[in-house]
Amino acid sequence: MARVLIAVDTWMRGVALGVQDYFLLGGRALRFAMARPFYWRDVVTQMDRIGAGSVPIVLLTGLFTGMVLALQSSVELGKFGATLYIGNLVGASMVRELGPVLSSLAVAGRAGSGIAAELGSMRVTEQIDALETMGTDPIKKLVTPRLLAAVITMPLLTIIADVIGILGGLTIAIIRLQIPPGTYLRGVGSTLALSGFVGGVFPRDFVSGLVKPVVFGALIALTGSYYGLNAAGGTEGVGRATTRAVVVSSMLIFATDYFMTQLLLVVLPPVS
Amino acid sequence: MRDALRPRGGPDRSPAPATRRSNARHSEARKVIELRDVWLCFDQPVLRGVNLHVCEGETLLVLGESGMGKSTILKLILRLLVPDRGSVRVFGREITRLPFREVLRMRRRIGMVFQYAALFDSLTVFENVAYPLRENTKLSEREIERIVCERLELVDLDAARVAARLPGELSGGMRKRVGIARAIATDPEVILYDEPTAGLDPLAVERIVELIRRLQVELGVTSVVVTHDLRAGFKIASRVNLLCEGRIRFDGTPEELLAADDPYIRAFVEAA
Repeated sequence: MARVLIAVDTWMRGVALGVQDYFLLGGRALRFAMARPFYWRDVVTQMDRIGAGSVPIVLLTGLFTGMVLALQSSVELGKFGATLYIGNLVGASMVRELGPVLSSLAVAGRAGSGIAAELGSMRVTEQIDALETMGTDPIKKLVTPRLLAAVITMPLLTIIADVIGILGGLTIAIIRLQIPPGTYLRGVGSTLALSGFVGGVFPRDFVSGLVKPVVFGALIALTGSYYGLNAAGGTEGVGRATTRAVVVSSMLIFATDYFMTQLLLVVLPPVS
Repeated sequence: MRDALRPRGGPDRSPAPATRRSNARHSEARKVIELRDVWLCFDQPVLRGVNLHVCEGETLLVLGESGMGKSTILKLILRLLVPDRGSVRVFGREITRLPFREVLRMRRRIGMVFQYAALFDSLTVFENVAYPLRENTKLSEREIERIVCERLELVDLDAARVAARLPGELSGGMRKRVGIARAIATDPEVILYDEPTAGLDPLAVERIVELIRRLQVELGVTSVVVTHDLRAGFKIASRVNLLCEGRIRFDGTPEELLAADDPYIRAFVEAA
């Protein structure tokens, strides 16, 4: 019994220290974003890798999500003779939740694993030690550019996912359900307008749907960096770090999505 | 075996020039690096009260079996690790309590040659050697190019042939020499070598040893060489420390090591 308690205690201490280190890493990376030197070239390089490189997978994710959503919802809406409202449903679902969350999950799997693998390889081959010995802070050089790149590109990727998802739903609406395109698109527009506007200009759902990917992007970059920088044990350790980065990023995205939704419902309440 | 290791006299095989002056000036030479009663424990104690110092201009050879903590000493000097107890003074300052910004400044005065070179594998040879110059100086690109070519020539590499190549395209010996070129790019006052001859064939070992000797003469730097290769180490060292079970068991010249009566030292030398 004592051994079990000791093991649990050790595990919990490890988790607590890990969480502390994670937040310290995030704090330092954010602080360095506002301190010289600014590694702008590295930020642009990472924006290309994380952002531009993720466009294909986000396109596919958004497209098929929109198409499946239209298909599945047509079954249920059809029972009530309400298939004309498919545009409303697809538009609201994509913009509020599925666009931000699924595109973030796709990027977590692609870019998050890449960050963990790259930094993990650097760690086990002493390249990070080499950076430190040359007077470079590895968090400033390696983590901050990735954090900034992810935070900047994730909202843009989400917009792509939203648009392509809505168009995917439109395709199904036209081909399978014979719904006029104008009806579908008016449905998308009206459901976004009904929730209200921020500043009288931007639909509330659109704004809340873009706040989330900023946070998700930060989580993806920090989680990949955390596990990469702490990789140990050669190639096997790098593999473990990569897997954990993807799994933990995904879990954090889901959990954060819930809490952010609660928060946004209070801060940006929809018009009733 | 001992005769084979004994440093030979003569103009072309004499020990590093620092040997001829280090013994006479040892007591009054400035201590550049000093470890006092340093204790460090990972899962088990690695260093148990290490007392070690390096005087200006000398080359200290740190010998010991694998896993005894030799590389750990280098990391303590660079403050990549902090001791559990004891003092580490570099350039006259206690570095265990220095703010991180000051630590980065201190590291820029030290060059480190890693066991497997630790070159940045996504950068070319030129970019690797130029990295500390771009990070820590305000030199123009033309000046940086001149210095990089000079350093590559100094380590017997043809800059025109290797500058554009990636580290993965180089042999082990060439990578080691690029690592040395990078370490000396900013004219450091101290160079740390971690197993500089590890993994190299005998001819490559000889070339690296000659290179290190030439650097000692031409640059006049203070050096710490960590190795278990006695043969190579004796050709470049002015003084030897033998690490055993977390403590310095021997501190003296290579000749004194070969003449020591301590059974462990005799066994260590015989096995080399």
